[in-house]
Amino acid sequence: MSSTVALPAHNTSSASRDILHSLLRVGLLPLLLLIVVVGTSLMSPYFLGWLNVLNILRMASFLAIIACGQALVIIAGGFDLSVGAVVALSSVVTAKVMAALSTALGGPELLVAVLGVLAGLGSGFAIGLFNGLCVSRLKVSGFVVTLGTMSATAGIGLLLTNGIPVYGMPNSFVKAIGRSQVLGFPIAIYIGLAIVMVIAFVQRRTLFGRYVYAIGGNQEAAVVSGVSIRRHLVGTYVLSGVLAALVGILLTALVGSGQATLGGDTMMLQSIAAAVIGGVSLRGGIGRVEVVAVAALFLTILSNALNLLHVDSRLQPIFLGLIMVVAVALDEFSRRRMSSV
Amino acid sequence: MTTAEGSGAPKDTAEPLLVLSNITKRFPGVLALDGVDLDVRAGELHVLFGENGAGKSTLINVISGTFPPSSGSFRFAGRDVGELSPSEARTIGISPVFQEFSLVPSLTVEENLFLGRESATGGFLDTRAMRHRARELIDELGFDLDPKARVDRLSRAHQQMAEIAKALLGKVKLLILDEPTASLTERETGRLFELIAKLKSQGVGIIYVSHRMREIRALADRVTVLRDGRHIKTLKAATVTDGELVELMTGRRIDVLFPTITHTPGTPAIEVENLTTADGQVAGVDFVARAGEITGIAGLVGCGKSELVRAIYGIEPVAEGTVRLRGETIEKLDPRSSLRRGVAYFPASRGAEGLALTRPIRENVSMAALDLPRYQRGGVIRQFAERALVKPIMETLKLRPPNIERAVGNLSGGNRQKVMLGRAMARDLDIFLFDEPSVGIDVGAKVEVYEFIKRLVEQGAAVVVVSSELPEVLALSNRLYVMHHGKIAALLEGDQRTEQNVLSSFFEEEKREKAA
Repeated sequence: MSSTVALPAHNTSSASRDILHSLLRVGLLPLLLLIVVVGTSLMSPYFLGWLNVLNILRMASFLAIIACGQALVIIAGGFDLSVGAVVALSSVVTAKVMAALSTALGGPELLVAVLGVLAGLGSGFAIGLFNGLCVSRLKVSGFVVTLGTMSATAGIGLLLTNGIPVYGMPNSFVKAIGRSQVLGFPIAIYIGLAIVMVIAFVQRRTLFGRYVYAIGGNQEAAVVSGVSIRRHLVGTYVLSGVLAALVGILLTALVGSGQATLGGDTMMLQSIAAAVIGGVSLRGGIGRVEVVAVAALFLTILSNALNLLHVDSRLQPIFLGLIMVVAVALDEFSRRRMSSV
Repeated sequence: MTTAEGSGAPKDTAEPLLVLSNITKRFPGVLALDGVDLDVRAGELHVLFGENGAGKSTLINVISGTFPPSSGSFRFAGRDVGELSPSEARTIGISPVFQEFSLVPSLTVEENLFLGRESATGGFLDTRAMRHRARELIDELGFDLDPKARVDRLSRAHQQMAEIAKALLGKVKLLILDEPTASLTERETGRLFELIAKLKSQGVGIIYVSHRMREIRALADRVTVLRDGRHIKTLKAATVTDGELVELMTGRRIDVLFPTITHTPGTPAIEVENLTTADGQVAGVDFVARAGEITGIAGLVGCGKSELVRAIYGIEPVAEGTVRLRGETIEKLDPRSSLRRGVAYFPASRGAEGLALTRPIRENVSMAALDLPRYQRGGVIRQFAERALVKPIMETLKLRPPNIERAVGNLSGGNRQKVMLGRAMARDLDIFLFDEPSVGIDVGAKVEVYEFIKRLVEQGAAVVVVSSELPEVLALSNRLYVMHHGKIAALLEGDQRTEQNVLSSFFEEEKREKAA
């Protein structure tokens, strides 16, 4: 009987702690997201307009796809600075291959489009493979290797185009991938969602995902446990390269031409920002892509809001930079609180 | 060994150097110290004794100013001490040497010694004076330590010396040593004991944390036993027995630390011929371990004994020699295929090589077994199978609390070792290589580890135990190899396995090397 008397008192104290606990577990990200959404919709009537919403979701999908790859690399204890340059390269390669095939074959547009997409993805695969092999075989730090490939990749993109946009892609490709909609939403959004879900599954339920966590958590322990380090490290960089290339292709279809100016440093920095705000530890071993995707959405909405509120475009980077530092500091704080709860 | 012939005989009349009364320290959700009293007199060596998590480290952290006590009074050198920061503690003469080193790896010994208290004039470092002082101090301590060497290039033993030198640089009234001999060789330990005797005769009070009975016997004036954050008893070291101390510490009687193991030697499981590692730490070793028995490897720090098992497992690159497992010659050794052949390795440094601290217990336990088809299909993990695997394992190992989703980083040393043992149980293995299986864990956990090893052997597994703790390898092993400078100095079987024989085989080897 005494236990039934004691229980209610215990429950109330632990209930309030549970609320705090779950709030801290979810993190401050959803809260920040809510504040920005509500605040901006009150200040700007255009914010919740359908076109603007679609625009935000599309851009957020692009960022989320890249950030997923970036997150995996960081969780394994690395860094991929080359993603922005890979976006540009894959855009140029896709457009060039499609244009060349169209004139050479003149043949079925589907074949041309498929080959072009494969070439674009292949370019990302190649850069990722190079990054991964350098990191795992030559033991150069990922930061340095990808800093090098970032520069080289951007150079190749410019060399291929001389800075001039590449036209001549099949019209149906641009229409189908870039402009068409399913159930009122652009295809890019579905692709983004699918990728986040697949990678979330990979993280939770596959050997690859588990070993990436283990390698980032303690590489030596993973070695002793018989995990093949090289293969999985290469895997993270390849995945990151391919995902960045995919975004390059989607952007190319959207703008209708291959451009060496797509992606770039901004996209690379934003992908790291999304990963870090999304709770990926720079020390490795921690992070979940679904949270990273929410962080990507948050960053996209934030920059959209700054545009709508007519904040000087020169001030925007300053603002974004500060937000990022604050978001990470708050997150760190909440995590420390949580570990002591 | 030095006996402090009453040179620092505590004077009972004067107020003790350090008086703590009713110290309580509360962390969120944990009462780490609960009304603890402690007094240390000038010239006294006071041992803190207790299991992991008994509150020893919290107590020495309070004394050295890492964090303040929640309540209680703290008097030092006749004055009340209020808020104390680590640097203030050093200024008033409290100098701690922690187990976790406080050295910056990329700086030299000298730079580390003076870190935070450099001598400088007008912002410019007075390098010459510091160099002089560092040299002087190291010579005075009699350490074989180069002040210009970078810390990350030093062995652990030398890092320990640098740490002690750092603690003794200023004016020290109270020295705190937390398991200082854990990584020292026999000779260096002797040197440290002489130094301790000298400091005592100069009136320095010493707080000494150690699990090793032998050291307590050799050094201690008084012993304070802590358990679950509470002060259990303070006793005169001269009158207390080992059994009493252990009983006070654990709160229960532990009659036999080492279990009686029935060895039934069978066929050779590991045969090593003329093995030399790439780094030369192991040079031309022949070694055999049979199923159904424990093969011990004893030796001093740096004699190549852990490198030998690491080479067998495939972590240490091999220059020449052959390794046969169950009669089959292995061409290429690597951890992955070793596991597939049924070989498990338990590294000595569980933090550095054993466990992913940010990940939950479940993932750490299953890490080495997930490639088995039972636990995955086409690279997709079967979560139910995984949980059904890990949960009962950790139950048999008596994980407390029994939550397998906790991050390993939050666990005590004993529980971490259980996670390591659990990992080996997750696969069907029959050759087990233990590298220092009981380092850094308390008596209670040690007993459980020994019981675990006993079960393995009696089920017919081949077990190799590498240990710097002589009593441990002597008691556990059926056959005992003694290593010295990368070579096998002796193989002791049956009645030959005595401490005397092990030690004399070190010295004979030493003499032979000198003669050569």
